[in-house]
Amino acid sequence: MTNRTLRGKVAVVGVGETTYHKRGGSDDPEFVLALKAILAASEDAGIEPREIDGFASFSNDRSDPSRLSAALGMDELKFANMQWGGGGGGGSGAVANAAAAIATGVADCVVVFRALAQGQFARFGQGPKSSGVSGDGAYTIPYGMMSPAQMFAMRCTRHLHETGVTRDTYKAVSLATYEHAQNNPRAVMHGRPLSPEKYDGARWIVEPYQLYDCCMENDGAAAMVLVSAEKAKDMKQKPAYLLGATAGSEYRNAAPCHNAPLYATSSFTSLAPRLYEMAGVEPQDIDVLQSYENFTGGVVMSIIEHGFCSHDEANEFIRYDNLLAATGKLPLNTSGGNLAECYMHGLELIVEAVRQIRGESPNQVVNANVSMVTSGPMVTPVSNCIFGSQETL
Amino acid sequence: MSQQKMPNQTPYLPEGLPAPMPSRDGLDTPYWEGLKNEKLMIQRCNVCQNWQWGPEWICHACHSFDLGWGEVKGEGVIYSWERSWHPVHPALQERGPYIVVLVELPEVGNIRMVGNLLGDPQQDIVIGSAVKVVFEHHPDAKVPFTLAQWQIT
Repeated sequence: MTNRTLRGKVAVVGVGETTYHKRGGSDDPEFVLALKAILAASEDAGIEPREIDGFASFSNDRSDPSRLSAALGMDELKFANMQWGGGGGGGSGAVANAAAAIATGVADCVVVFRALAQGQFARFGQGPKSSGVSGDGAYTIPYGMMSPAQMFAMRCTRHLHETGVTRDTYKAVSLATYEHAQNNPRAVMHGRPLSPEKYDGARWIVEPYQLYDCCMENDGAAAMVLVSAEKAKDMKQKPAYLLGATAGSEYRNAAPCHNAPLYATSSFTSLAPRLYEMAGVEPQDIDVLQSYENFTGGVVMSIIEHGFCSHDEANEFIRYDNLLAATGKLPLNTSGGNLAECYMHGLELIVEAVRQIRGESPNQVVNANVSMVTSGPMVTPVSNCIFGSQETL
Repeated sequence: MSQQKMPNQTPYLPEGLPAPMPSRDGLDTPYWEGLKNEKLMIQRCNVCQNWQWGPEWICHACHSFDLGWGEVKGEGVIYSWERSWHPVHPALQERGPYIVVLVELPEVGNIRMVGNLLGDPQQDIVIGSAVKVVFEHHPDAKVPFTLAQWQIT
């Protein structure tokens, strides 16, 4: 087997989003949100929705591809794919799956989407309301360890202890992300800037996370259209070519009850080298990074595990001004991300990575040719991807 | 053995949180039955003697399905911790902060267990501190159960 790579074979040619709302703030049911985002992405791509022939999503999205296909009057459904695993760890994985289907001739025009209406369905940030719990949950939930913040704080405490990285890095991630949202009218936190004093003065959620270390919970939907690189050349938008994508996690990452051997990681240690190898780039080639923030501590670990700095360099490298689009060596989460734009399970981060290649970001990085995404730190599987402009092929 | 009754039988967290129930498939019944009898039982492979936690149907080291259980002393060290402030469940509304620890058990291959650290919820916590198991009984629950908790030694 030669040439087993996704590099340069597939491109994102359209992106679409609904209005982003605070959780419970959408009047539309979740399925309608999904449809609206798909129609917006189709229009952006300049295609008829019936030309779509596949769907890929993640985190057990409830908008079933067959129902979408019937509702949209699609000529044929050729690919209906779900990346396993909860949270946002599957975002880039869904892109990888869609790209693999196109690259191998399984489908021709695949939409990656995610829709969430937490007013219609349950919230993420609360514990289960059942009277009993069995299985893995029985070893943690009765001790009051039941929300995502509580599941991941334990990893971050250990990471801070092992490495000497400080919480000032968390603050830098949060402040830079909020700053970017102030230039993005789509962002839920647009017009609500975050100051260092406001960050420091916020209540603890679970140590080591204060309020502004935590993502929002939102309603909305996002979608993107993928086609082959050959087809992309003749389409309406500047293509964002997929250079590489990986999904998975390290040895026994899912060992029950917090028994992962490599505990103090964001789960990317085995993926990052494979991503760079497929994409044919190195960390210093990355012009802009969208790194999934369930919690700021996970972003810090993701940045380190992807080789942008070492643990020893992190306190110096992960600084506010170094993460800004205008001044930073590593512009981070340039739309406001999960913290301040919208928690669309990180698909909004992938849309933003595409915008950077197209030159359409609200915080555009000059000459952004290589644009990277890391999806869902500290869960398993996690995933990541890199997009490039025509110049990178 | 380090078995020790709770100083008083007031549970660390209020009643009303989801109660642990043995898996329907029986995978972890010896663990939950052991706790009720103030024994800390951990899964061990009968073939290669590997300890593993949480329990699984197969030994991850040698792939044997012949798995047993061993009683352990319940002496560990704090591997990580978190102090939770935001109430994520109605039963926790009035509780205030509480501490969850991840405890490593050197006597059984450094497997880790989650529990609460008993005592002052505002106490300073030092990773590496020695802790021992305390059995917290819930005899009045709809289905009685016991939790393994931890306290500084």
